[in-house]
Amino acid sequence: MSAPFALPAAAVEAVARGRVRRGRRRRNVMLLLVAILVAAFATTLMVGRSFVPPGDVLRVLFGEDVPGASFTVGRLRLPRASLSVVAGLSFGMAGVAFQTMLRNPLASPDIIGISWGSSAAAVFAIVVLGLDGTPVSIMAIVAGLAVALAVYGLSFRGGVVGARLILIGIGISFMLESFIAYVLEQAPQWNYQEALRWLAGSVNGAGWNQIVPVAIALGAFGAALLSRARHLEILRLGDDAAAALGVRVAGTRIIVIVAAVGLIAFATSASGPIAFVAFLSGPIAARIIGRNGSLLIPAALVGAVLVLVADFCGQFLLGMRYPVGVVTGALGAPYLLYLIVRSNRAGGSL
Amino acid sequence: MTGTHTLAVDRLVAGYGDRTVIDGLDLTVAAGRITAIVGANASGKSTLLRAMSRLLKPRAGRVVLDGKEVHRMAPKVLARTLGLLPQSPIAPEGITVADLIGRGRHPHQRMLSRWSRDDDAAVAAAMEATRTTELADRTVDELSGGQRQRVWIAMALAQETDLLLLDEPTTFLDVSHQIEVLDLLTDLNLQRGTTIVMVLHDLNMAARYADVLVAIADGKLHLAGEPAAVLTAESVQAVFGLEARIISDPLSGKPLVLPIGRHRMATDGA
Repeated sequence: MSAPFALPAAAVEAVARGRVRRGRRRRNVMLLLVAILVAAFATTLMVGRSFVPPGDVLRVLFGEDVPGASFTVGRLRLPRASLSVVAGLSFGMAGVAFQTMLRNPLASPDIIGISWGSSAAAVFAIVVLGLDGTPVSIMAIVAGLAVALAVYGLSFRGGVVGARLILIGIGISFMLESFIAYVLEQAPQWNYQEALRWLAGSVNGAGWNQIVPVAIALGAFGAALLSRARHLEILRLGDDAAAALGVRVAGTRIIVIVAAVGLIAFATSASGPIAFVAFLSGPIAARIIGRNGSLLIPAALVGAVLVLVADFCGQFLLGMRYPVGVVTGALGAPYLLYLIVRSNRAGGSL
Repeated sequence: MTGTHTLAVDRLVAGYGDRTVIDGLDLTVAAGRITAIVGANASGKSTLLRAMSRLLKPRAGRVVLDGKEVHRMAPKVLARTLGLLPQSPIAPEGITVADLIGRGRHPHQRMLSRWSRDDDAAVAAAMEATRTTELADRTVDELSGGQRQRVWIAMALAQETDLLLLDEPTTFLDVSHQIEVLDLLTDLNLQRGTTIVMVLHDLNMAARYADVLVAIADGKLHLAGEPAAVLTAESVQAVFGLEARIISDPLSGKPLVLPIGRHRMATDGA
């Protein structure tokens, strides 16, 4: 390559040092997030209506039969906490992928209707068609993609403007919410808990047959998203600047949309659209880790912690038992207001 | 090493939707020189630049770099030879200067590759050249317009391309920062031999800093050549529909355009 401008070695060292310092801070914060996630997971296994000591929890995890603990921990708390973690990771990562790609914190899949599309398809498949398992997830993913396409198509007018896309998405969300309410109303075995799952999200009664598909989808779609992490970061500079740096803009978009919708759809078909987790995780992660580098993993970790902690609060700290989505909804709504107020002043991005 | 790449536009037709903006344009970029593209608003300057850098697919005709059609080249391969600084890139909130400049290294990195010594050296050299070393740890949002433009140019420099296209790099800058940016690009051209093609609004800046002026009107090439040959009263009239007198800039010896308006004229301009 061309000869650089006169360049002392010390200058190169300084650049390298700054990069290593920022990288170290990022790694430390991520490790801290992982530690918080493990602690929250462990706490939800031990603490509940009854306290199970750590030793007993570990013995249950290793497959020993512990009287009392095997049922509470093994059958109730472990599946519930596991679904919380895989759904939270999925929502957090998919949410920040959309927010980054569309350069707008309001553009998360739960605001622009994608989660509602998946939820509507899942509830239709379960209540009306009587399906369960993978067919439900497949319908959820198809509906999620269809909503993504519809929102994108409707907001396309010689280019997509973020504000139009978000408003159209919010409109579609309302239509889908009414559809869900209608289907549940028609259901013969009308059930308040079920209704809340599909309208607000819940990890009640989680079973391994629900958790495993979400975990597999998380592995596959999560890996696809992570492979695009750098491109996604460069897309933040604008489409032209990204293309000039050698990013295939359209191809990257398609991979990100399909993978993020996949994450949302599988998680939603197990837990319902846990309110605002996709929307909140990215901005929280950005606040604690800074904005140098990809937020996919930090936001996924934040999402998992959010679901675990919110579910714990909903079960034990609020007097009555609330599904997790009610608690995250109560957290997310004020933040949504804050963003709207702020975006009127500054335009607002992550 | 440099000045050896050939970039040519061959009967290019390009546009958006059903609107044709560039309509049969031929141009050969002078290797190792500074070329400024001038023309009226909506005459197709930015469109030409976008088509030349693979961002916009031609309807007809070709853009050829070293014998290869740029629209058939792999994006990263092209991005190692030809860089483009768009008119208004987005500065992501909260990003530090060093990190933004580092993004210029993307075409040199593989998917899982680690950051190399070459990457650090390229970033350091880009910061040195643009005098942004001191700003490394600041976030881009807190910079002034002039500083920010230097950072964007640094990102393009870190890309280490032999050809650099810039879409109005001086817009929104006050006059001292305009001169600073154009001097910096001239340094880059003289010291590294980088071929520079830029869209400029200000005819006098273009005349002073460019080796070659390219005047575009209605999506076609009007004139290309040395500033003195291109900037004449007739061509300014034809390209901009503006009556003007051209004198010699006493500082540079290049042409200087004095527009003739309807008011405030001490003489009739003739």
